[in-house]
Amino acid sequence: MSAADRFPNGAAAECRPWPRHLLDPARWAALAADDSLTLLSLWAEPGLVHAAFLAEGGLLLASCPAPEGRYPALSPARLGAPLFERMIHDLWGLSAEGGVDPRPWLDHGRWGLVAPLSGRPVQTMLPPPQPEFLPAEGEGLHQMPLGPVHGGVTESAHFRFHLQGEAVLRLEARLGYAHRGIIGLMLGKSPRSAARFAARIAGDSTVAHAWAFAMAAEAAAELVPPPRALVLRAVMAELERIHNHLRSWGAICEAAGLAWPHARCAVLREGVLRACAAAFGHRLMMDRVVPGGVSGDIAPGGAAAILSALEAVAVEIPELAGLCETHAGLRNRITGIGIVTAELAARLGAGGPIGRASGRGFDARRLPGQAPYDELDPVVPVLPEGDVGARLRIRIAELRESIRLVPAMLARLPEGELRLSLPQRAGEGIGMVEGFRGECLHWMALDDGGLIRAVFPRDPSWLQYPLLEAAMQGGSAADFPLCEASFGCAVSGVDL
Amino acid sequence: MTLAPKLARALFRRPLAEPVPPAPDSVVQALAERLEAAARRRLGRSLAIRQVNAGSCNGCELEIRALSDPFHDLERFGLRFVASPRHADVLLVTGPLSRNMREALERAWACTPDPKWIVAAGDCAADGGVFRGSYAVEDGITHALPVDLIIPGCPPTPAQLLEGLLALLEAQAGPAPPRHR
Repeated sequence: MSAADRFPNGAAAECRPWPRHLLDPARWAALAADDSLTLLSLWAEPGLVHAAFLAEGGLLLASCPAPEGRYPALSPARLGAPLFERMIHDLWGLSAEGGVDPRPWLDHGRWGLVAPLSGRPVQTMLPPPQPEFLPAEGEGLHQMPLGPVHGGVTESAHFRFHLQGEAVLRLEARLGYAHRGIIGLMLGKSPRSAARFAARIAGDSTVAHAWAFAMAAEAAAELVPPPRALVLRAVMAELERIHNHLRSWGAICEAAGLAWPHARCAVLREGVLRACAAAFGHRLMMDRVVPGGVSGDIAPGGAAAILSALEAVAVEIPELAGLCETHAGLRNRITGIGIVTAELAARLGAGGPIGRASGRGFDARRLPGQAPYDELDPVVPVLPEGDVGARLRIRIAELRESIRLVPAMLARLPEGELRLSLPQRAGEGIGMVEGFRGECLHWMALDDGGLIRAVFPRDPSWLQYPLLEAAMQGGSAADFPLCEASFGCAVSGVDL
Repeated sequence: MTLAPKLARALFRRPLAEPVPPAPDSVVQALAERLEAAARRRLGRSLAIRQVNAGSCNGCELEIRALSDPFHDLERFGLRFVASPRHADVLLVTGPLSRNMREALERAWACTPDPKWIVAAGDCAADGGVFRGSYAVEDGITHALPVDLIIPGCPPTPAQLLEGLLALLEAQAGPAPPRHR
């Protein structure tokens, strides 16, 4: 069913490349029950709530007015909605009527402000409230708090376990510790100057987020970036996928207790990062993708550095991958642990390797019109098992595919300009880029002066934390580091 | 059978660990004076580091984790990461100090035993970086704790991090001031 059939008389706002439909509360609530749609994101601006669904053939965007600060909740029917609804309440002060979870999410009561993005934030001097956790019931139950300061070199998050002996009855993640107010910082700035915040939503996905942000800005201003910039962006995005998959691979083996592959993956990853620095001037390629194009060209000799680093990775993959299939101890640790069922992955719309290891084959690179991927035809691996091992195998397969794509792109890098300046005009756009952990989805509305009026960057982790909680249920608390490593969610991507 | 050539290769291959340029004297000097003024006891040539994320984008964590890889091999210098602030001599703090993390960081500092040092890693930790001025951040670690050393960069490279940590090692392991009885 196309969007026009679905909303025969609904007004449509001109959001590019997919129009945004303005719905009344009844139609909005009806969307929640529509099984053919997958909820990807839910966000707001003062007085208005927006949702992005994945429909057949692309995205479906919908908006619902929130008069007197209330809108009909999607959470009773949508597993992915509660975290978004809690975030909308914390940032914009809009309440989801009939929502399943009214607890605060990003707001820990420490900003000195209530609803900072509502347009009329209220100052508050109240002491921060104690966090509330969902209860669990049973004989001999105890709680284990973990974080926000953890044992490893990692991000700040709190995990609350309800345990019966070693068995996890319930795991709940409490995030928000790294809330930096990114949306508030972006508002009122030009996309060019706000791009540095997009590049720092999640440092490990800096290229994917900066690209999705640039894509939204370019769609809003109706600018087509030059072909050379598009290919360079894709080269950087694939290098980002490669270095992060190598990192995850090592981290999973380390959490499973096998140090040697961890050390080898770290060596290969360092080689890739040094090649990135040689080619693009920054190890993580931060601030290289900007609205309108890329900030600079690939350095002379950069392509050769990249190719030789990738060659080194390609040479070692067979032995390292073979280990995952033949090493009895490793296989024992990664098989049948942290299972995400295909049904749950589909209902939550989980993207990235997590979704693809549970039978959901969505990859934003396969969407129509995703230049330059439309000419490359990337192969997307899908597995049905949904355990730690499947997530590792998906990453290895994607790593191999990216190693195939980068030389192909470098071999036919188009000549031409690197950057066009963004016209200063009003508009609205949305951009979706497949990062290493899933699709990054950025929406942006520009005012008449070309400044950001409203914006929302959605990291794939929003839909993956509920899956991590579900995957741990019934498992052993000791498996948490392994499970967490195989998920590789970004706290900072959700905390904003 | 296949083990012999592997063993032979491993025996004759040079280690991957790379030499590191010595810490700049000026930094060591300034640090030594700062530590002198605080009259902190010396711990010898070994430091236990606890990393605390105070709202970073996780870019700094990537580079800090890279310190443990075979190229940088942090532990050969006597530096090591520990799992609890109670075991630490140094808190290595990243991020602009989000308001939501302030209390957790202060608590971590409070349970770090004396003598202790605090290193702010990354531009955010130095003064808030790009997030400076946001309602949700405190514009740098100095707003909560007495920072001994700032390692700039967004994110600092492993080489820069190593240089800074080695400077701290040099400064605090230097000749002890005369003891007064």
